Amino acid sequence: MTTKDAGRGQVAGRAGHVAGAGHAGHVVVAGAGHAGVQVAASLRAGGFAGAITLVDDDSDHPYQRPPLSKDFVADMAVAPLPLRAEKFFADSNVMLRDGSAIREIDRRAKQVILQDGAVLDYSALVLATGARCRPLDVPGAHLRGIHQLRTLRDARTLRELLTRARSVVVVGAGFIGLEFAAAVRGRGLEVTVLEAGDRPLARALTAPMSGHLAAAHLSMGTNLRCNETVARITGTVAGDVTAVVGSSGTSYPADLVLVGIGVQPRDELARTAGLPVDNGILVDDRLRTPDPAIYAAGDCARFRDPASGERIRLESVQNATDHGRHVAATLLGNDDAYEALPLFWSNQGRLRLQVAGLSGAATHTVVTGDPDRFSVLCFRDDRLIAVESLNSPGDHVAARRVLTAGTAPSLARDAQDGFSLKQYAQDITTSGVDHVR
Amino acid sequence: MQKATFHYGGTPAEVVEVDADVSLMRAAVTNGVAGIVGECGGQAMCATCHVYVREQYLDALPAIGADEDEMLDCTVAPRDPVRSRLACQLTLGTGLDEIEVDVPEQQV
Repeated sequence: MTTKDAGRGQVAGRAGHVAGAGHAGHVVVAGAGHAGVQVAASLRAGGFAGAITLVDDDSDHPYQRPPLSKDFVADMAVAPLPLRAEKFFADSNVMLRDGSAIREIDRRAKQVILQDGAVLDYSALVLATGARCRPLDVPGAHLRGIHQLRTLRDARTLRELLTRARSVVVVGAGFIGLEFAAAVRGRGLEVTVLEAGDRPLARALTAPMSGHLAAAHLSMGTNLRCNETVARITGTVAGDVTAVVGSSGTSYPADLVLVGIGVQPRDELARTAGLPVDNGILVDDRLRTPDPAIYAAGDCARFRDPASGERIRLESVQNATDHGRHVAATLLGNDDAYEALPLFWSNQGRLRLQVAGLSGAATHTVVTGDPDRFSVLCFRDDRLIAVESLNSPGDHVAARRVLTAGTAPSLARDAQDGFSLKQYAQDITTSGVDHVR
Repeated sequence: MQKATFHYGGTPAEVVEVDADVSLMRAAVTNGVAGIVGECGGQAMCATCHVYVREQYLDALPAIGADEDEMLDCTVAPRDPVRSRLACQLTLGTGLDEIEVDVPEQQV
């Protein structure tokens, strides 16, 4: 599904690499989220015969995160979805130490020291520590009833509280906030979303797409307020939240508040170990830190975007799993640079959003389709760099093909009313024309 | 409890029990069935739970939805015009006591 799936390739172990297929060694992975578990799975799939240990401070068995802000929180009957069954860890001889954390890295001795004092030697260390929610720093932010949504434990707490909540306020119209708001509306509860910017998802999406999402949430009955920051939160004497007060002076009653104002990379372990950190662990195009035995993958890693050359950090399942695959492949001796196409998706009620590529650097956009089912083609000068699709999975699939193949120069001129990205993708796939990036 | 059998070319099949309201993808992932990824968590967004349903079970299954149909066009293994489905969109419900599917060699 991605441009380059290096983890799949059969690659012989090479001298000089810290671990290779058939070689002994111990790969320690900090974090058992999407990236960390993928490292282990891809190492085994690629024939790595050494020891693998995953260390994670989350005590729940490793689970998939996307459902947590969607059907899991919406429906009490939904069970958590494991990233891999317990059977996988046993059958593939992957040691899972959940409920414990790495306290310190001793790079000289190539050891990690865990919170409980245990010491593990490593031949390679992968930092897949993810991110944590950014805290809301306003008076009253400590009150009972104010929550975040990142872990399975958070999601369990929230859906339990939703069974008796009466008025819900969501701070931040990002993916988590809007998905949660849609789930809350799906349960028939009133919900207000406060957004500091002038439109939802301003950093992630183009204006036409975020404008459509704003209108759709209003029509679902969500009270979406843009240009509204939180001044303070009020509560009872007993310490329970009662309302969120906006910078406009408006008071929004709440007995449950979700704060979804972004995340911060969990990079302090790397920082303490003397590795370069700047809004994420800095890695090269092989996802390596300057220490050749230490890698970073997923939300915590800041890497060079192959499309723009900029250093970026991405918070997505696709990025985490593709990073995991790539680190495993590198450990197995592959020397390719990382170059997967970024993909995002989000379900918000009946809205199905799928994004291929990064639209941030777009100079102009072209919208194709119908009002309820359309795509935004994002161009930088003449080149297609991203496509945002709403309720148009066919366009999304086509976008992946076109962006992976490299775009034809004529696309910027062709993309007008009646243009079909799906047809275009079929044409370039079957024409055999060499499309140069 | 219904029964789902996942066949692989050459290696022994995997048999798991499935609750009527649980998707085949979820049952497979929860039970550690190899070759079913479900990277998007079951939203018909990623096409990494592609299976080929054996002919005798096709009629009892719900029809392919529009989203599933479009996502089936982006599976890594070739789409079969009749048998290809996304396991995240399949529940056995009351119509079937069992199902047998073939797992493609590649999902991602």
